[in-house]
Amino acid sequence: MMYSEKVMDHFMNPRNVGEIADADGVGQVGNAKCGDIMKMYLKIKNGVITDVKFKTFGCGAAVATSSMATELVKGKTIDEALKITNKAVAEALDGLPPVKMHCSNLAEEAIKAAITDYKRRKGLIEDDGDCNVCCLRCEDIHHHLNDDDE
Amino acid sequence: MSARSIYFDHAATTHVKREVLEAMLPYFSENYGNPSTVYTIGRTSKKAIEEARETVARIIGAEPREIFFTGSGTEADNWAVKGAAYANMKKGKHIITTSIEHHAVLHACQYLESEGFEVTYLPVDEYGLVTPGQVEAAIRPDTILISIMFANNEIGTIQPIAEIGRIAREKGICFHTDAVQAMGNIKINVSELNVDMLSMSAHKFYGPKGVGALYVRKGVKLTSFMHGGAQERGRRASTENVPGIIGLAKALELADMNMEQHNRKLVALRDRTIEEIEKKIPFVRLNGHREKRLPGNVNFSFEFIEGESLLLMLDLKGIAASSGSACTSGSLDPSHVLLAIGLPHEKAHGSLRITFGDENTDEDVDYLMEVLPEIVRRLREMSPLYEGIRSSKE
Ligand SMILES: Cc1ncc(COP(=O)(O)O)c(C=O)c1O
Ligand code: FES
Repeated sequence: MMYSEKVMDHFMNPRNVGEIADADGVGQVGNAKCGDIMKMYLKIKNGVITDVKFKTFGCGAAVATSSMATELVKGKTIDEALKITNKAVAEALDGLPPVKMHCSNLAEEAIKAAITDYKRRKGLIEDDGDCNVCCLRCEDIHHHLNDDDE
Repeated sequence: MSARSIYFDHAATTHVKREVLEAMLPYFSENYGNPSTVYTIGRTSKKAIEEARETVARIIGAEPREIFFTGSGTEADNWAVKGAAYANMKKGKHIITTSIEHHAVLHACQYLESEGFEVTYLPVDEYGLVTPGQVEAAIRPDTILISIMFANNEIGTIQPIAEIGRIAREKGICFHTDAVQAMGNIKINVSELNVDMLSMSAHKFYGPKGVGALYVRKGVKLTSFMHGGAQERGRRASTENVPGIIGLAKALELADMNMEQHNRKLVALRDRTIEEIEKKIPFVRLNGHREKRLPGNVNFSFEFIEGESLLLMLDLKGIAASSGSACTSGSLDPSHVLLAIGLPHEKAHGSLRITFGDENTDEDVDYLMEVLPEIVRRLREMSPLYEGIRSSKE
């Protein structure tokens, strides 16, 4: 399995790693059981994402997609950010190996989760008490992987 | 990218030693004869194979006619497990193995389950050990085979094979051991150990890939693996991999000769690495047993980080190692071995296996200890799992 140069660059020199103490929205997706968790912090002013940071527990692809996602959302409006798909993140990285495509879902979901959190805090949506920590989607995705053995 | 290049993955495979390669070379070119023929160059090949068989037999305390060359360790395992199951199915259809076997045994057993056999997968303790008592308690009147690995490829745990062998012998049940990782690291005598079948693979002890051997004690019932010509006494048909077989025997001979020195050196590197990792890096867990452990095996879980990231960063520093993380294999779950010893998923994902070999030095460990703590620190800084831990320390 080979990662593109861009993936390796974002893995080795991840952009926007860290936390934002007074973030306006925080989203965490994935779960440790699947081996991947991504947490995204957003600073939002007048509907525009002015700052973003992330923390990720995961493979090289998970770190690189997190990093790329933060670059993609920075300076965008909330509505623009919500339109970013996992495919767009993967394409911006010059692609991911097929077995790693699911890692980019994490990035798309983290953006959505962080924005949902922002809206909830603002009272823009109702707090339905739904957990946004783990969608369990990662498990489905892992189950669809082929059963390659070493 | 990196000036250094250090190989710490000898459990995955080893390089072919120069003496081994030199012993093999003539059998690719001038001595290319088919061993089954009557003319001179064919007889040369035949003679070389029979000498290789004698060498392997002598080293493990067997008779030459009890050694069968195979195409790999996986093949030897498959043959032993399925061959014994089918040959004895009139007596019973129950097999005993462990939950930490290599997939070559595990998946062969799962296949047999689909064929109507029943398999007991013995659990292991936190060190990866099974006890002879567990094996004894699992034996039923219809048990026909016990297959328990000698030493584990991931965590290096060495099983009490002689004791299990004694029980199997008392009960008259065929006992197979996958000694792929043990061979070349542990002195093995099949008579003293009471094993009936034993698998080995040349590329784990500085021989070539794609050649292995199965020891089959005289009298053990086993179906043929390949049907065809009369090679390997008709039980494993196909023109022999002559250079491979010569390489396997030469490599085993060298390993046997160097065993003491090899072990002393690897144990020193291993114990030093374990000690320094435990001293220099917080939140780590040694996987496997401290003493009942392969000489070159180090396996740690680093909490809060994921194994593939760790491997990639080590690779960028020129270090080749391995992990039990699911992310490195593209499969569903992290290592079945780490889960079997009771690790939660996230700790199993954060594992690192370092396996030393003959060419490694103390300087290699110096370098590892120079880069590893920093890599772990960096990944933890990036990990959302580490946040609470860090702030609670602050
Ligand atoms: C314990 C064990 N059994 C079997 C095998 C398979 O050997 P081979 O690669 O020769 O098929 C390996 C090697 O990966 C192993 O470590
Ligand atoms: S995080 Fe598991 S494969 Fe990417």
